[in-house]
Amino acid sequence: MTGLEAFRAEARAWVRENAPKSLWETSGSGPFEGYWGGSKCEETDPDLLRWRDLGIEKSWTAPAWPEQYGGGGLSREQENIIHAEMKAIGVPRPVAGQGLAMFGPVLLDYGNDAQRAQHLPGIARGEVRWCQGYSEPNAGSDLANLQLRAVRDGDELVLNGQKIWTSHADLSDWIYCLARTDPNAPKKQMGISVVLVDLDTPGITVRRIDLISGYSPFCETFFDNVRVPTANLVGTENEGWTIAKAILGHERSSIGRSIARQPGSAQREVVARARKHLAVPEGAIPDPLLRDEVASLGMLEEAFHLTLARIQQSAESGTPGPEGSITKIVGSELKQRRFELGMQVAGTQGLGWEGPGFDADDLQYTRDWLRSRASTIEGGSSEIQKNIVSKRVLGLPEGKK
Amino acid sequence: MTKDRAPFLLLNEEQKMLAKTAHEFIRERAPAARIRAFRDSRDGVGFSRELWSEMAELGWLGLQIPERYEGMGLGFFDLAVVLEQSGRELMPEPFVSTLLLGTQALLLGGSEEQKKALLPGVAAGETLIAIGYEEAGSRGDASKPVTVAKDSSDGFELSGEKLQVLDGHLADRIIVSAATSDTGYALFLVDPTQSGVTVIRQSRMDGLNAAIVRLERVRVKSDAVVGGLDAGAALLGAVFDRASVGLAAQMLGASEQAFTDTVDYIKEREQFGVPIGSFQALQHRAVSVYTDIALTRSVVLAAARAIDESPDEVPRLASLAKAMGSETFMHAAKEAIQMHGGIGVTDAHDIGFYMKRAQSTYMTFGMPSQHRRRWAELHGY
Ligand SMILES: Cc1cc2nc3c(=O)[nH]c(=O)nc-3n(C[C@H](O)[C@H](O)[C@H](O)COP(=O)(O)OP(=O)(O)OC[C@H]3O[C@@H](n4cnc5c(N)ncnc54)[C@H](O)[C@@H]3O)c2cc1C
Repeated sequence: MTGLEAFRAEARAWVRENAPKSLWETSGSGPFEGYWGGSKCEETDPDLLRWRDLGIEKSWTAPAWPEQYGGGGLSREQENIIHAEMKAIGVPRPVAGQGLAMFGPVLLDYGNDAQRAQHLPGIARGEVRWCQGYSEPNAGSDLANLQLRAVRDGDELVLNGQKIWTSHADLSDWIYCLARTDPNAPKKQMGISVVLVDLDTPGITVRRIDLISGYSPFCETFFDNVRVPTANLVGTENEGWTIAKAILGHERSSIGRSIARQPGSAQREVVARARKHLAVPEGAIPDPLLRDEVASLGMLEEAFHLTLARIQQSAESGTPGPEGSITKIVGSELKQRRFELGMQVAGTQGLGWEGPGFDADDLQYTRDWLRSRASTIEGGSSEIQKNIVSKRVLGLPEGKK
Repeated sequence: MTKDRAPFLLLNEEQKMLAKTAHEFIRERAPAARIRAFRDSRDGVGFSRELWSEMAELGWLGLQIPERYEGMGLGFFDLAVVLEQSGRELMPEPFVSTLLLGTQALLLGGSEEQKKALLPGVAAGETLIAIGYEEAGSRGDASKPVTVAKDSSDGFELSGEKLQVLDGHLADRIIVSAATSDTGYALFLVDPTQSGVTVIRQSRMDGLNAAIVRLERVRVKSDAVVGGLDAGAALLGAVFDRASVGLAAQMLGASEQAFTDTVDYIKEREQFGVPIGSFQALQHRAVSVYTDIALTRSVVLAAARAIDESPDEVPRLASLAKAMGSETFMHAAKEAIQMHGGIGVTDAHDIGFYMKRAQSTYMTFGMPSQHRRRWAELHGY
């Protein structure tokens, strides 16, 4: 047995012995599923909390982070194995969220020792929840157009302006913001800095925004003379764009992986809904056109999972392929097609909003379908991803866009 | 894909080397423009026997053939590596007939004598084997051959007509399907020089070579049966699965090449004072072909791996590879022509051969909708 195989056996045994049974088969084990933590967290499920505690005790919430920052000090390969073993039985990671998947890894690369020591252990323990302050009313796809101003005043920065679409700002403790520190820089990508802000700082107002699904997962975040220490600047002042892009890279692949869930689950879900709503308890779905569409979905799903596996394997062997950029594009399409088909087979039973005549699963599904419309927008729209692939991967010349 | 473990989808060092060597060899020695030359020369062969022999010497034809039959004893995965490269230049050499149909039929169902007699010749590039299963009116359904095998004193008497038998015009052996009962059929090895066999060459648009094979009371001994007497359907089904995966590997290579050529072209070609590749309408469609190819690569590699390592997964993954490979190649070929503009629809330009091959491979071994239906059946809906 090689070292890694031995480790796999150890990880498998530990996960299976410790993960509470009620959590099995509940999750695709992506980086955004499960317990997000933070001081405002109101999670009460005792099994989820026990699983969190066991993960922390084992240092497997952030397996590949250095031990001094609350990580497990393991290799990337070992971390992948741990997550794969959790996925194999469908339990969520003990702690999930942006801090672990997006912000933490970038702070490890670009932050200084003091910042790492201050922030990473709290993330690894699920005590501090982070959100992303990137988008603004006039800076969406054109993110570099952002205007949140940060002006130096002694050893403080004074922030004024607005962020929008800030997911879970209302539930978070800290926000990593992109702010304009030099409005006179020759290019708009220059003069931007990454600033870490405690959301309890005076001058911050967070207002929730309702979505078509009826949920309010994101917020407007206003900054009115918000003062933060200059020590909260990450990396070099005015050179934050590179860091911003690094975080976006983690975001794209995390979204893709979160969508992935269990292989075959999208197809199973749609078939189950077809059986329920079309009253076909077994055998072939009678409408051949519908069946063909379900099979197309199932094939796309399998191809997507195999592609994720291939990308991961090539990253492990040290040569990450350019295919990584497709996970966001394909994953979000897959998610939308799954919900579209799941809604089609439900017919008018998929139209419920609340109240009598609809069961809980159907009501939830309708809202999830509505939520799925965002998947080709959030984290950089599909059009923007295609711009990136055409420039970075295919080397096509830039034009008017 | 099972949720515990994904198949290993990368090439090892030897396979990477093999891909590189094959890529360079084929690009230099077997460019797609040969299709036009073969068509125009009407030489009666339609491919290069010399090249086929050279590839045999390089060991490529016997990659998957066991060592005791003078092959290299490697796996189908290794063969798929070469097939992908052969697809890039649409090689008309008898990969599909001899390596994907004939050889697989023998490996899966052949007797020891049959394998000993034929496989060393295949590995050496000397023996060509074709399979005849298509008939007038079969429309892609090989399950009910009209060709019959009548019991005779010391064997069988075969009568019927097979169409579009790939490389039937030069094959040393032709394996044909023939009904042995009302419901069953078997596969029979036929020597085309035998009396009663007539071979008429057909000309197709795609540069592959095919023939009509007419059988008039052709007498074969009982040792000509490949696999069991009523086992033709199961055997041919398993052969088609492997052939589908191999063909999908070729389609993957062809898609990749058509796409690369197209991306190169739109970087060069200028209109409105700028390269047309700077237009977002073309860029986004190019990315769509790119993602299709990336997905197809994963499923082809997984299916090829399954042939070597997890036979139970083969039917599902073969259908997946064939369906996606077909759609991707068709997509890549259509966009290739569109993005080339007028030059793309001229005979002088090679890109049109990719369109022709995309159509022919789409229709071979079941079109995507048939494979999706099978996929649904295999998943219980
Ligand atoms: C559910 C959800 C959660 C989010 N969470 C956060 C968060 O936590 N923090 C945060 O900062 N932001 C967040 N966002 C914001 C998200 O990043 C932006 O919505 C996204 O980048 C698009 O910007 P926009 O909404 O301004 O749309 P626009 O940029 O105005 O785009 C509108 C349309 O135009 C297209 N378009 C724009 N530019 C181009 C171009 N160059 N070429 C072709 N088409 C183009 C877009 O693709 C889109 O279809 C979230 C968004 C969603 C939906």
